[in-house]
Amino acid sequence: MAIADLFGSASLPWLNIGGRESDVVLSSRIRLARNFRGIPFPNRADFTQLAKVQEMASSVLPEMEHAVGQSFDVVDMDRTSPLEREVLIEKRLITRNFLRSPQHRVVFISQGRHVSVMVNEEDHLRIQCMVNGLDLDNPLSMASGIDDLVESQLDVAFDEKMGYLTSCPTNLGTGLRASVLLHLPGLVYTRNINNIINISQQLGLSVRALYGEDDQEWQGDIFQISNQLTLGFSEEEIVGNLKSAAKEIVSHERRARKALELYRKDQLEDSVWRAYGILCHARSLSEKEVLDLLSKVRLGVDMGFIGEACAACFSEILIGSRTSYLQNLAGSDNMSGSELDRMRAEAVRKILSVHRVE
Amino acid sequence: MEMVCDECGKNEAYIHIVQIGPNGKIEKNLCEECASGYGSTMFASPQNSMSVDDFLKGVFSNAAESGNDSRRHELVCPNCGMSYQDFQQTGKIGCSVCYDTFRQQLEPLLRRVHGSSVHSGKIPHRSGGALEMKHEIEMLRRKLREAVQQEEYEKAAEYRDRIRVLEKELGAREGGMEDGNR
Repeated sequence: MAIADLFGSASLPWLNIGGRESDVVLSSRIRLARNFRGIPFPNRADFTQLAKVQEMASSVLPEMEHAVGQSFDVVDMDRTSPLEREVLIEKRLITRNFLRSPQHRVVFISQGRHVSVMVNEEDHLRIQCMVNGLDLDNPLSMASGIDDLVESQLDVAFDEKMGYLTSCPTNLGTGLRASVLLHLPGLVYTRNINNIINISQQLGLSVRALYGEDDQEWQGDIFQISNQLTLGFSEEEIVGNLKSAAKEIVSHERRARKALELYRKDQLEDSVWRAYGILCHARSLSEKEVLDLLSKVRLGVDMGFIGEACAACFSEILIGSRTSYLQNLAGSDNMSGSELDRMRAEAVRKILSVHRVE
Repeated sequence: MEMVCDECGKNEAYIHIVQIGPNGKIEKNLCEECASGYGSTMFASPQNSMSVDDFLKGVFSNAAESGNDSRRHELVCPNCGMSYQDFQQTGKIGCSVCYDTFRQQLEPLLRRVHGSSVHSGKIPHRSGGALEMKHEIEMLRRKLREAVQQEEYEKAAEYRDRIRVLEKELGAREGGMEDGNR
């Protein structure tokens, strides 16, 4: 894939339908925070020090490419437009925090888009590996492999007692943040989602909606669950804990869907097909509307109401309907709301027309 | 005297608002219900605007109150110049050396945040080599004690020799490390 595809294509393989428990779990991610010894963390480093970190990270790039078996695109935040940066955020390849000041902020992104290494985010290195479905072991061993390579060449900040040293004490120890993206329409419709959120917090896990600002205003029924504690546990324990919690949520979601099917099958099937019809034919769609309709269509596919949709449709619509993505495609950020909604509806129709189901 | 709401004319007004629009300044006395219609920002609860960072800053500075303050404020990291007060304000550590500088202050805080202050995960192969060795020495010492208790002196002698070799290696390595900076 060319670097232009990074901004221009809505396709994101690790978000496609596939992998384990894919009827509920969209994707899994591992993130490792690492720093170089002696150099101030990015929030306290001057430009010379940030440049030094960038140089050090770049020096191990060929080894990273070798370990992953793919070449990486190097994207310099100083040389990307604000709209392009927003697209990378929507694709979850960088974070908003990464953009606070773009100088010497560089991200290495693998051709398959499943590995991204942010240089000079909150920590010197943020190594992220993503995969579709529920699978934390493979991304963990890949991230750990990249970490081994970095550490074999460069001095990584590590303390015998406190583990890997990080800019924020909440990442200290393993520097590991594991997370799983779950599609939970059943738990939202049956109003059980708040219980899940509360219980998860008691287990040291955090749950938040991927889309929607307020707590009660979530859109698309997509939730992210991740570990909060990073110190005092081994990587395997953290990942194992998250995995078993995710599996538990998956079984609750399936139970909720079964109950819906038992008591409201006709209404559910109807609303799934209506959602599909609107996505296929609407001439104007808002961001929120797409998310809500897409959630229903995905539920319909996973429950067998709608025939097998193509695996890439879901992720393509999820990314391809975002305002920043459309603005970047049009090369303008001053389109009116109605212009955007028209463009959005057109983009969704185009994706679905290629993979029509009946 | 009781004031009545300008909007509904029924409830008691106890909120005074000043609106500045194209037609100049408009002042109104409103009841709570009517006032809530005037922009969500006015009555947004402060919790909504609180970020994780703000929350952590609070946790970190509260944790510090229980210690002896005068000493802490003098501490400054020799590598990056961060003081403990800077940390309390930002919630972020300055560099890897800070963790050494403020180790005493940070430990109780880490227990508070993570429930633990001791890492038990991955150890880097190169820079963590000494740690791997220390773990092995500890394990051998345990075996040595057991062997002595069981009166297996030949085995005990083997462990003792192995410990001596490792300790010597460790000593050489740590001696070399002290020159380098963290």
